[in-house]
Amino acid sequence: MRIDKDLVAASATPLVLGILSDGDLYGYAILKRVSELSGGGMEWTDGMLYPLLHRLERLGYVSSLWGTSEAGRRRKHYTITPAGRNALADRQQQWTVVSDALRQVWQTAQGPAAATEGWA
Amino acid sequence: MAAHAELEAQIDRWRGYVQRNRAISPSDVDELEDHLRGQIADRQATGLDDEEAFLVAIKRMGNLDAVSREFAREHSERLWKQLVLVPDGSDTANAPPWRELAVVLTLGVGAGVAVKAGLAWIDDGSALMRNVGLLVFPFLAAYFAWKRRFTRAVGVALIVPFAALAVVLNVYPFAPGGATAMLAALHAPVILWVLTGLAYVGGRWRSDSRRMDFVRFTGELAIYYTLLALGGAVLIALTLATLRGIGTDFQPVLEGWILPFAVPGALVVATWLVEAKQQVVENMAPVLTRVFTPLTVAMLLVLLAVLATAGGFTGMDRNLLILMDAILVLVLCLLLYSMSARDPLARPGLFDALQLALVIAALALDAAMLTAMLTRIAEFGYSPNKIAALGLNLILLVHLLRAAWLTVGFLRGRLPFAELERWQTRYLPVYGAWATVVVVVFPPVFGFI
Repeated sequence: MRIDKDLVAASATPLVLGILSDGDLYGYAILKRVSELSGGGMEWTDGMLYPLLHRLERLGYVSSLWGTSEAGRRRKHYTITPAGRNALADRQQQWTVVSDALRQVWQTAQGPAAATEGWA
Repeated sequence: MAAHAELEAQIDRWRGYVQRNRAISPSDVDELEDHLRGQIADRQATGLDDEEAFLVAIKRMGNLDAVSREFAREHSERLWKQLVLVPDGSDTANAPPWRELAVVLTLGVGAGVAVKAGLAWIDDGSALMRNVGLLVFPFLAAYFAWKRRFTRAVGVALIVPFAALAVVLNVYPFAPGGATAMLAALHAPVILWVLTGLAYVGGRWRSDSRRMDFVRFTGELAIYYTLLALGGAVLIALTLATLRGIGTDFQPVLEGWILPFAVPGALVVATWLVEAKQQVVENMAPVLTRVFTPLTVAMLLVLLAVLATAGGFTGMDRNLLILMDAILVLVLCLLLYSMSARDPLARPGLFDALQLALVIAALALDAAMLTAMLTRIAEFGYSPNKIAALGLNLILLVHLLRAAWLTVGFLRGRLPFAELERWQTRYLPVYGAWATVVVVVFPPVFGFI
């Protein structure tokens, strides 16, 4: 199943912040975690992760530090900041509202979603 | 292991490709490479070979254009390349980052001290004019000597002509207020500039492309110097006005100390700025030539029309001829700079035709001037000024004629652009040689009048 790219874009920030709230990670590991969490359903364009991380860093939600990988190469690790945790909590509330509303919609009107999805 | 070498080569090529994107900084490329390697390692673990793993990893990285667009959106400032005057300590661990700045400032102050000393010790205004270039040049050359790590041979090749020039300018018994003294003062900077070029290319003076680099450098230097001068003028005007308001007379300090230091110092600083920004900022001079080439063509045509209707060229007086010389030199600069910025492989286009129009208009003007000069010489006889101007015009005529000829060949597709470029760079030393003749040979020939 392919997820619509607007939906991917909207969920990217809370996903990344949520993953980082469990501990520091570098880019590729974040992407692998996304893939695991969605059961392989969310496949991002790998390159797009980095502009997003840089944006979060500029907003002060994450901070970064250059370290070295096991192979001895330069590797950038990202850490969530307190401001990032606040933003995450905020996003979480928004998504709860959205997903609650959606769940109710799915319950009342079952069916047509599957038919239109192919056009998205 | 050989297979991995191929993979490394592929990653290297990919790196090179990504690095061409301005929006993606070198450290971003490191980050992306780390990602790519992670992806490749995981694919290899699932049983893919190097080639396949690399292809999958590249595919997953996404369309590079789209990715770099995202980077550009996040880092729009990178599209405006930033000037890093003091390189980041983390990147270059070898040299202390402040060393170059210290060298430049020392040399700038040194040039200021030299000029100030010259002002203090040389009473004769005309002698000072002849010597001011000699006072500043060593500091400019010293900067390049430091920057390019001169060999002994290059050092000698600079010092010997410099010393000879200094001797000629100061030992010749110039008549006070004489024409030859004035001509020497005017032409000495040209010789010094050729020597600066020699310093700039670090002794590789045979290389056409290095010569073209020096041409570019000269144009950029002129622009930077003008900008520094404008900024300095604003600063000085504000200070002057404020201090006058308070009731302090700032004028003596300004004339006695600030200008003698600021004017030569700014030259050294501008040199350094041009060197530092080389890779970073788009060249300005060629951009200006695009604007001014059509305008100059129009100006030349108007001049020619006015001269033709004003009753011929023979009546031109000396000041007008000097002005015309200035115009021709300007045309030549325009020509050189638009060439320095041109992609040598691009096909002939509208702009090249416009350039030909410029050259032909300049040729017409030059021919008109030559006629006027010859008439004047026939009528009033020789004088050092006239011969100097005549020589310069003949040199310009040859330069422009050949340039026009080659441009026609290029527009017709018979000659490569490089031929045209080579002519320009090869011809440049002729101006230096002529200046040397005017400085060294003219005074004794004309009896130092």
